[in-house]
Amino acid sequence: MSDFKLSPEVVKQVEAICEKHGNKPGELINILHECQNNYGYLPEPMQRVIAAKLGIPATQVYGVVTFYSFFTMTPKGRHPISVCLGTACYVRGSEKILEEIKRVIGIDVGETTPDGKFSLDCLRCVGACGLAPVMMIGKKVYGRMEPQNVRKILEEIQDD
Amino acid sequence: MKTKSVDDLMVIRRRAEGMLSLREKCNAIVSEESCGLDKGTEHIQILCCGGTGCKASESALIAENLQASIKEHGIADKVDIITTGCFGFCEKGPIVKIIPDNTFYTQVTPDDAEEIVREHIVKGNKVERLLYLDPKTLRHISDSKHMNFYGKQIRIALRNCGFIDPENIEEYIARDGYQALADALTKSTPEEVIEKVKASGLRGRGGAGFPTGKKWEFSRSYQSDEKYVVCNADEGDPGAFMDRSIMEGDPNSIVEAMTICGYCIGSHNGLIYIRAEYPLAVHRIQVAIEQAREYGFLGKDILGTGFDFDIEIRYGAGAFVCGEETALIHSMEGKRGEPTLKPPFPAESGYLGKPTNVNNVETLANIPIILTKGAEWFSSIGTEKSKGTKVFALAGKINNVGLIEVPMGTTLREIIYDIGGGVKNGKKFKAVQTGGPSGGCLTEKHLDIPIDYESLTAAGSMMGSGGMIVMDEDDCMVSVAKFYLEFTVGESCGKCTPCRIGNKRMLEILARITEGNGEMADLQRLKDLATVIKDTALCGLGQTSPNPVLSTINNFYDEYVEHVKNRKCRSKKCKALLTYTIDPAKCKGCGLCAKDCPASAIMGTVRKPHVINPYECIRCGMCMSRCHFGAISVF
Repeated sequence: MSDFKLSPEVVKQVEAICEKHGNKPGELINILHECQNNYGYLPEPMQRVIAAKLGIPATQVYGVVTFYSFFTMTPKGRHPISVCLGTACYVRGSEKILEEIKRVIGIDVGETTPDGKFSLDCLRCVGACGLAPVMMIGKKVYGRMEPQNVRKILEEIQDD
Repeated sequence: MKTKSVDDLMVIRRRAEGMLSLREKCNAIVSEESCGLDKGTEHIQILCCGGTGCKASESALIAENLQASIKEHGIADKVDIITTGCFGFCEKGPIVKIIPDNTFYTQVTPDDAEEIVREHIVKGNKVERLLYLDPKTLRHISDSKHMNFYGKQIRIALRNCGFIDPENIEEYIARDGYQALADALTKSTPEEVIEKVKASGLRGRGGAGFPTGKKWEFSRSYQSDEKYVVCNADEGDPGAFMDRSIMEGDPNSIVEAMTICGYCIGSHNGLIYIRAEYPLAVHRIQVAIEQAREYGFLGKDILGTGFDFDIEIRYGAGAFVCGEETALIHSMEGKRGEPTLKPPFPAESGYLGKPTNVNNVETLANIPIILTKGAEWFSSIGTEKSKGTKVFALAGKINNVGLIEVPMGTTLREIIYDIGGGVKNGKKFKAVQTGGPSGGCLTEKHLDIPIDYESLTAAGSMMGSGGMIVMDEDDCMVSVAKFYLEFTVGESCGKCTPCRIGNKRMLEILARITEGNGEMADLQRLKDLATVIKDTALCGLGQTSPNPVLSTINNFYDEYVEHVKNRKCRSKKCKALLTYTIDPAKCKGCGLCAKDCPASAIMGTVRKPHVINPYECIRCGMCMSRCHFGAISVF
């Protein structure tokens, strides 16, 4: 990670985001949200840029990034998969869905496939408990999942 | 139009009431099952659920198709398509409701839209196959007021959800919206409003149940140049979604209540701390804030009274502990969401060190209606110490998953069997988990307790935010305890030792037990650890985290003993304790199981009984789901 460098344009854009928020340390979480929205993840060099701009230690930025589960330091796949492990989905068998996905695409939770197509995450409750168990691919919600449907759904996902 | 006085509000209200008069009128009547749409009905409204659950089932496309279809039939001038918030009956979503005949269509797909318009709207005949089928009488029910699911509910906090268009402030105004604010600002002193909230007996709906009026009084009592009103919309309890539904279905009630709170405690700044995982709720709140500014309910000189108040949104980033008010405040300041010791309470020193009043979404949703209908009305509902209603998110192994609102004092039995329609697939009820990761599992013997804050705590659980997960005989209570503890360990902020290390040790013990390596002394260890964590953890998350473990040990001790002594899991959930076998008498040797076994653990030749190699078997259960002859069993 340490030899990875941000392009000068990205550095500029990140600095612009900080400035938009008045370079205020109190706005750190909003800044991180915006950066992650734009770039998909928050690599270490980006955190350093933000820290310098806000005049706070990089460790503080890193501390916030790693504290909240919404923030990630690894790039997501083009089709991020999230399996709901909220209680309602759990008692309706979402663990089996998760196991099957892991088996089909061969990665663990928090990882991305080598071709960058899929990444796998768990989340807690999307609020579609009536459809439990639920998984999401990108922004689409797949409800009433059964393990035997997993392979077919994943195979149908094509890059645009 | 910007309101500059209460008279201006009245002008808008009279205009807006026209839009809602049809819905109000029909809401007051119970439609006959037989009646369809009268010929020559001049004005029809189609309400289409736009909550997150129904949207996941393409309800936005349903609304689009309905729109296209009414255009095609040339009736667009007499039919309105209105996207509302959640109706609550998520199990049967997406919901489409036809006004004036109150027909309640369930599980509608985008393809059904054309038929609804052609048959129902144009010809006046109901589309029978989309009506709710009562599982007991096997008769179709078309008016939701005849459904058991709605029968025992009283909708106060959810009064506007599934009724108004949440993105149209005028529909809210037509339902007494901003009336409470106008009355407070022009007719009452802050103290008088606080008195009313106190008299209503309203208590915090976020979990702990602190009296709301008292909280406002504390916040008022501290002098400061700046004060803050915070709405806690960081609904982190997995399986609870009432706050989200209120924000999606009735966002203006939150804006109004926060403004009233600002007036009462002497604050001009409101902050809504909302989960970034709720994009639709964020959007609806943003729309409500913008419209409220446009109409003069937020900003400078509200309703010409000289009172200033505005609201900003702050985003959470996925941390359960941020539901705790001191952690939430730190998160709003851009820091790690770690809690701090109370006192000082936020009412004295909160956001940026200023007096801060934090209320939960559902609590706030009750405020405007308490003030318009009166404290006495509100306190006449509920039990002695818990007034009003509570919204519960009913989920898990239950027939009618959904969002319900019942008076405090309703029993679990009424909720699960009358409203919830009983346990799914005719299975046996085992437990109901209330209060999320801070609550506990209640059993058959608790079903007749009238539920309120005190009774749930006495039974070893808690109200929490109102998640209610029903479990059946197939759920292993040791695994459930482990599931909740995994959640807590993942969400522990790590600041205090009892929570950070204690919960981790408890989780290790539970993992040992579910893997068949437990010993009897482990059960006592769990209890000891749980007691210490309860007594010594810093914040609410830590102090309540052992509840799921303690309540399952207390109520399902036999099951723990079985796991430890007999290495058996009666619910067949703990994989390590299972053995899959093939009955040679039933096996036809079709080979389907062997073909699909991911571990290649099944051997045999075609048309001869197969066998499972227990050393290779990963106990995934795939073979059992594949076998057409019921030859594979697990024990």
